Amino acid sequence: MQDTLDRITANPKFLEFVAMRSRYSIIMAIVSAAAYYGFILLVAYNKEFLAQKIGEGYTMSLGVPIGVGVILFTIVLTWIYVRRANTEFDAINEAIIKEAQK
Amino acid sequence: MTKFTKILAGLLALAVAGGALAAGADLGNTAKQATNWTAIAMFAIFVGGTLYITKWAASQTKTAADFYTGGGGITGFQNGLAIAGDYMSAASFLGISGLVFANGFDGLIFSIGWLVGWPVITFLMAERLRNLGKFTFADVASYRFAQTPVRIFAASASLVIVAFYMIAQMVGAGQLIKILFGMEYLYAEILVGGVMLAYVLFGGMTATTWVQIIKAVMLLGGATFMALAVLFQNGFSPETLFTNAVAIHSKKDAIMGPGALIKDPISAISVGMALMFGTAGLPHILMRFFTVPNAKEARKSVAWATTWIGYFYILTFIIGFGAITNLIANPAEYFVGGEIAKGLKGGGNMAAVHLANAVGGNLFLGFISAVAFATILAVVAGLTLSGATAVSHDLYASVFNKGCTSEQELRVSKIATMCLGVLAIVLGIAFEKENVAYMVMLAFTIACSSNFPVLFMSVLWKNCTTRGAVVGGFVGLGMAVVLTIGSAAVWEAVMGNPKGSAWFPYNSAALFSMSAAFFTIWLVSILDNSAQAQKERALYPSQQLRSETGMGASGASGH
Repeated sequence: MQDTLDRITANPKFLEFVAMRSRYSIIMAIVSAAAYYGFILLVAYNKEFLAQKIGEGYTMSLGVPIGVGVILFTIVLTWIYVRRANTEFDAINEAIIKEAQK
Repeated sequence: MTKFTKILAGLLALAVAGGALAAGADLGNTAKQATNWTAIAMFAIFVGGTLYITKWAASQTKTAADFYTGGGGITGFQNGLAIAGDYMSAASFLGISGLVFANGFDGLIFSIGWLVGWPVITFLMAERLRNLGKFTFADVASYRFAQTPVRIFAASASLVIVAFYMIAQMVGAGQLIKILFGMEYLYAEILVGGVMLAYVLFGGMTATTWVQIIKAVMLLGGATFMALAVLFQNGFSPETLFTNAVAIHSKKDAIMGPGALIKDPISAISVGMALMFGTAGLPHILMRFFTVPNAKEARKSVAWATTWIGYFYILTFIIGFGAITNLIANPAEYFVGGEIAKGLKGGGNMAAVHLANAVGGNLFLGFISAVAFATILAVVAGLTLSGATAVSHDLYASVFNKGCTSEQELRVSKIATMCLGVLAIVLGIAFEKENVAYMVMLAFTIACSSNFPVLFMSVLWKNCTTRGAVVGGFVGLGMAVVLTIGSAAVWEAVMGNPKGSAWFPYNSAALFSMSAAFFTIWLVSILDNSAQAQKERALYPSQQLRSETGMGASGASGH
């Protein structure tokens, strides 16, 4: 067991993989935060933009589709990450472990 | 505009979320209404059904592992529903729909604030938690550290968080039972305490999870029905719904845009941090990551939880607008003395409950009332289980009686559950007349200033040491409590000091207490050159290996 562990830790592919995955999750975290803070910035500085109507003669303001959009975006982003992590990343992970166990 | 002012401005708006949160979560002191037998009957059916499940769960709960994690055989989809159930409290259902009813668009801003902590957990924490942990988040935090101090810290922080969260829930239950069922406050305490004890004591995590899943499905189903009914009334056109609402609401077109609620930027930043990172430090949420078999399912859990919570907040937005069009059109039935100016019967949080009556009649009103009350019951059960786990696994089995048998540990966890249940009832009664509005926010503040920094640094920073984690964690915990006492919400509103005498000028302590925790962990860790510290740093690669690959992760599989 210890041999396997040492071999994984020494495997440059493992370090590369961990770095790649960490980078990906940090980018995703930044994107989701950016969407949220973008919306919040509008609330803080450009209320008129959010309050304006989506079109001539409409009651609905632009803020409604944008706000609901932030919620949907958050959900979609989470699924994109989970899909990739559960297929591609797990497969690489498994391959690295298998290689070390040989 | 500099980057800093941009960030500041963004967080500013978060204050809005915080203010509303406090307003929304406070169920206030309510007057007793006429006895609602339909609601009581519906609730009785819920309790009967869930106790039957508990009986089955009890037969599955034989070891301490079963008690803590339900044997680890829960799927990601089920666990996602359970997490969503933990998060969709009565306060968020009634509070946010009430907020939309009163202010329109602002309600949407607040609910988005509640959702954004989840991607952070998904991307940075979920799989590492699952890979390193067994039963509690302290397993993760203490992975390469000295067990005794880290466990004592983790158990203390968890119990303090559970206590504040629990008091808010128990008092809320008592207030709700008066309006929803027309029953006495005291009955709510005994009912919630007693039924919850039955779930946790006999069914452990299996029963607690299924109660939470059933409740989440009922709440999502009921809210979906209400939203569909509202859309149906308006020919499935949101535009028509908004036009009708604007025509009837006293704030007219202002309900379609953001209001002006921002006061000071520091409070805004602070509240935002508590919301975003507090979620990742709540013990009853964190323990759910250990009920699934592996990291894959842990990731699926958060994705499903995020989906359901987001969907739920979209529904509450529609429900709030539906309440505007339905209730204001009928002031005689829903407003105090038939006058809109005097407010909704039972208070501003009753918008969704009254709407249930408007779109579904008395039977559906009973259903929604029962769901709202069941929500509190389920959340209290989760809190009690996480508190009991902290006592039996982190204190008893890891500090006071190392090497105890599974039977001994299980027995201690049941005794701890009993004590916590009785304590919940006693505290619920003791705090009946107290102002508890600040308590949920305080629980979030403590969670983001103690559990979260310790967890984050121990897993992701290789130079972190036991000394740093424990000292930093306690500094965050202490500061969160002390500064909150000094804020207006406690110093003036609770302790009765004169207005303006609060010595901590902001709404939330999170910015200061969380920064202090991170700084102290860093400082104490880099100054720590003991042999123990060297050993801990040397263990980081093997911890990282397990947290990243899941190799050697506790295989909590089904039976």
